[in-house]
Amino acid sequence: MIAIFHNYGSLLLQGFGQTLLCSIIALVFSLIIGSMFAIFETTPIKFLRVIARIYIEVFRNIPLLVITMFFFVVIPMFVAKINGFTAGTIGLTIYTSAFIAETVRSGINSVDPGQMEGARANGLSWWQSMRYIVLPQAFRYVIPPLGNQFINLVKNSSVLAFVAGFDLMYQGNVIASDSLNTMSTYICIGILYLIITLPLSYWMRYLEKKLA
Amino acid sequence: MKKFFRLVGVIISSLALVLVLSACGSKSLADQNVVTRAKRTNTITWGVKADTKLFGLMDVKNSHINGFEVDMAKAITKQILGPKGKAEFVQVTSSTRMPLLKNGNIDAIMATMTITPERLKQVDFSRSYFDAGQSLLVKKGSPVKNVRDLNHKGATVLGVVGSNSVQNVAKFAPKARVLQLSDYAQAMTALKSGQGEALTTDNGILAGMSVENPGYVLTGGAFTKEPYGIAINKNQPEFKRDLNQALTKVEQSGQYNRLLNKWFGNVPGMNIKEMER
Amino acid sequence: MKDFINAYSWINIHYLLQGLWITVAVSVVSILGSYVLGSILGIIRYVNIKIVSPIVGLFIDIIRNLPLLLIIFFTYFGLPNLGFRPSSVWATILAMTVFESTMIAEIVRSGIAAVDPGQMEGARANGLSYGQAMYHIVLPQAMKKMIPALVSQFISLIKDTSLATIIVLPDLMHNAQIVYGQNSTYILPMFLMIAIMYFIVCYALSLLSRSLDRRMS
Repeated sequence: MIAIFHNYGSLLLQGFGQTLLCSIIALVFSLIIGSMFAIFETTPIKFLRVIARIYIEVFRNIPLLVITMFFFVVIPMFVAKINGFTAGTIGLTIYTSAFIAETVRSGINSVDPGQMEGARANGLSWWQSMRYIVLPQAFRYVIPPLGNQFINLVKNSSVLAFVAGFDLMYQGNVIASDSLNTMSTYICIGILYLIITLPLSYWMRYLEKKLA
Repeated sequence: MKKFFRLVGVIISSLALVLVLSACGSKSLADQNVVTRAKRTNTITWGVKADTKLFGLMDVKNSHINGFEVDMAKAITKQILGPKGKAEFVQVTSSTRMPLLKNGNIDAIMATMTITPERLKQVDFSRSYFDAGQSLLVKKGSPVKNVRDLNHKGATVLGVVGSNSVQNVAKFAPKARVLQLSDYAQAMTALKSGQGEALTTDNGILAGMSVENPGYVLTGGAFTKEPYGIAINKNQPEFKRDLNQALTKVEQSGQYNRLLNKWFGNVPGMNIKEMER
Repeated sequence: MKDFINAYSWINIHYLLQGLWITVAVSVVSILGSYVLGSILGIIRYVNIKIVSPIVGLFIDIIRNLPLLLIIFFTYFGLPNLGFRPSSVWATILAMTVFESTMIAEIVRSGIAAVDPGQMEGARANGLSYGQAMYHIVLPQAMKKMIPALVSQFISLIKDTSLATIIVLPDLMHNAQIVYGQNSTYILPMFLMIAIMYFIVCYALSLLSRSLDRRMS
């Protein structure tokens, strides 16, 4: 195991960086897209609600691998060439945004509807009350679940291994077949994933307790 | 008090983890005599490809794997175990075949595997049963004429995880970037979607791909020698001897040439007469 | 259009359905297994048995914070070192069961924790033992709260079986790859078809959970 870290340190580090990078990019974009659809779902406009519902249901019920492979294989044939890392990050973003939309929506719903009514009564528009009154409160509720979504995102980023995205899992497969020391390699990879996910998961549990 | 138990738990769990790890590092169970077991169960379990036309390809109609290697494995099994001997097939990829052999899930690998010095440190090989050479598959009309054309920054070559062709690219075109996909079906799909300029592996495999995909051609000829061997675990001298003898018999009886013609007879760019034994 | 008609020939669809059957079979066995194991782990974690609970807790935390793909590699490539050689189907079922049961353990633990502690006290005051109170009073209420989370976990499980194509599990994803690997004009039709198939299975489950939820409340 130490030999693996020693001989393949730079590959592991590169993979670690790529995994972190694509997780963070995907988190930022899926937060934006997810919040957007969550707001759509709570608007009084029926058309937007239907659009949001369809988006969420479709991408929550299709495997991440199918979405990612779609961007890696199908899109380049008809639209534009995208590499494995980008395809993987887009796949992760779309998949995660559907889950984040659900999370944020439940956060918005848990804010007392009286808040919205009060804000409207005071002359704020629907969007203003959403933006300044409801959303800030909603996000406080949903920080722990969002943290858990980020942990899932880091774990799910292993899907990049299927599309040669140079992430940690991809490098793991390469190292395993080069060193032929399969188990030691995957244990090293596991430790590197835990370095990201384990502290996060304890932190989120702490936050959950604090908020409850 | 609670903290104390948590600490104890952590210590015990880490001990357990170390135990599991050391068990993983210890000798595998693939050390029992394969020939004795094969004779008792009347089966040899082969690891074969299912995504490689001409060598081992899944037939979607009936879920059987067909190809030159599958037929060869059947013929060799019958030579070793007699006409009633059964050949069982487990589908492998370049990255799963070695762990599966070492773990004893399969008795032998017959999956377009080149005999190389590095691999000989880990496993034993039979005599070569097929002489391939590494080549390139490109889109018709591609500017890439041989492997040296790929030796520049920005060039991307597609290969498969666990195959030695990706290591060869590092020798012949060190500046090219190599994308390693999980199997040949994936790699071919990636080539078609423009993820790389060329797909590299052995000419026999590429020939199969160009038959399926008329828009893609082999280019530049073979730039390495890739003799395929049957890989088995080390410390199986009896099994290795039996395999080599069986291979000789298959060759002498003319069955080898018949199979060669059956699978490669109509493939453009293959010189069958040169390969007959 | 012609591509679609050719791609959806009965031979190809039949092959995809075989893959779907493997996906569903592996999922059902793993769902049952992880539900049982996950409930046990979750209760152990909740009741805080000395020494045992922290160890179980650490085990849960480690497994649930690893990518499932890695757990699949561990069961397929690692277990043989311990003398057990699973096929790709059993390796997947095992990996799924272990991984998902740690996720379910968390759901069960927080589900029980969410039941008003007064319920337990009241039951104990009425002469029920801790076990009886747990089984008859607390768990049924916790169950009701857990259903949505459990079902979405099960849906994740079904979707995640697609990852096992990497150890050549002949599931829906794998069979689609075999089909489009042999003819590139089938790529788009195959993707649409498997997306629809996965969607139907997963969406049906979520509809079921919603109707269950409505009936219980």
